[in-house]
Amino acid sequence: MPTRSDVERVLLPLGTAALAIVAWSLAVRLTHTTVFPSPLKVAAGLRELAARGVLWRYTGDSLRRVATGYSLALVLGVPAGLALGWIPALASAFNPVIQMARPISPLAWMPLAILWFGVSEAAPDLLIFLGAFFPIVVASMNGVRSVPAMYLQAGRNFGLSTPRLLARVVFPAALPQILVGLRIALGIAWLVVVAAEMIAVDSGLGYLIIDSRNAGKRYDLVVAGMLLIGAIGLVLDVVARRLERLRSVRWGFQGETA
Amino acid sequence: MTPPPKVSIRGLSMRFPTDGSVIEVLSSIDLEVKDGELVCILGPSGCGKSTLLNIVGGFLKATSGAVLIDEQEVAGPDPRRIFVFQERGVFPWLTVEGNVGFGLFRLGAAERAERIAYYVKLVGLSGFENAYPQELSGGMKQRLEVARALAVNPDVLFLDEPFGALDSITRLVMRSELLRIRRAEKKTILFVTHDIDESVQLADRVVVMSTRPATIRRIVEIDMSHPRDLSSPRYIALRDLLLGEIGLAHKI
Repeated sequence: MPTRSDVERVLLPLGTAALAIVAWSLAVRLTHTTVFPSPLKVAAGLRELAARGVLWRYTGDSLRRVATGYSLALVLGVPAGLALGWIPALASAFNPVIQMARPISPLAWMPLAILWFGVSEAAPDLLIFLGAFFPIVVASMNGVRSVPAMYLQAGRNFGLSTPRLLARVVFPAALPQILVGLRIALGIAWLVVVAAEMIAVDSGLGYLIIDSRNAGKRYDLVVAGMLLIGAIGLVLDVVARRLERLRSVRWGFQGETA
Repeated sequence: MTPPPKVSIRGLSMRFPTDGSVIEVLSSIDLEVKDGELVCILGPSGCGKSTLLNIVGGFLKATSGAVLIDEQEVAGPDPRRIFVFQERGVFPWLTVEGNVGFGLFRLGAAERAERIAYYVKLVGLSGFENAYPQELSGGMKQRLEVARALAVNPDVLFLDEPFGALDSITRLVMRSELLRIRRAEKKTILFVTHDIDESVQLADRVVVMSTRPATIRRIVEIDMSHPRDLSSPRYIALRDLLLGEIGLAHKI
């Protein structure tokens, strides 16, 4: 017999999704629209994309761009944030610049990205990097700043040198906050890649959407692309949340519901 | 010839500048602690006794005066002298084993494992080696922190109101645990507390501090052997003496 929590975790969301599809289907039928596709048409569109081979290719292209830009943001952002959090003078020097650059939508960089790199892979990679870099830097910096003084004092007491203190106390103590930043940044990266692909390149899920609309008003493919983006985004978030359940960081997520 | 004191505090004063004025926290403190002695520093909250402990531990620099341990001036924190906080000081990202072994990074793997096993057993955490602090009770976390400190084999322990966050029954258990551990490992212990009973139960001598700027009001020798009978006339007399020194009326 299914328990209550099974019902809530699995059946309720599935039921809601089923209801939404039924409502969508009914709405299309009742309004007699010829432009907006029904769920069945979208499913057929997905099969068509798979048959043409673009489904996997475009999905792969989008994921590869996110992987490139995001990895770069991760590799540069975490050390930069740790340094800014650890050295107050560095934070004083760079924080105003960071706080000013942060609210600029990565998409606003598009003209410059195209100017510098042309219509190439590097343009969306740069935008994804910019979108992910700042949240990672700020989360890492704040993570280091909020390490309780008691942990630092204990680390020093046991004779740890500064590099050891950073590796064995500061980083693990800040890790829960850093992971939150990484998860948020991954979500942003996935938002940015779609937008960037609409403008700067001719492949990927963002390109699929804009191309399907421009070349023949194929709204079945537009919606199919949107659903794919949503589903992949959900999977990415679930994977990122999994990291927060590791035993060595779970202490930082007390009182948070899964 | 008497052996030199383990800890010697000489003419120690501490002043903190705050906006516009200077607050004097400690005023000409002189104290000597013998090797292996357990001294409680007793005073009201905010009297500066934690500041005193932080100076002796090397985490703060005094405005004037000096602290000598083994006749050497204290210049900074040192693994031979470990500070124990309330149980919040354990590292939540490490298991019990990881916490106990934290300060043992200079040892080889075999000796490390041996020491970890010994101190986990000494503080009664056997069976919890792979547990994380969040899975332990407050008292267990406090034992863990004591084990982490003892594992590096320090000769002085500084305890800053270590049992203050525990419930009263756990606190009684932890006091007898501390005395048991002290019999196994002869350490010099400076124990800061605002709890009069705690000081009479644990200390060889109780140093009574005044309110700010803190000076030493009186040093009371607790001439009772362990285990101490908490309802004996001597215990009650000493407690009443300390109550009077702290300046609390008997019928609050």
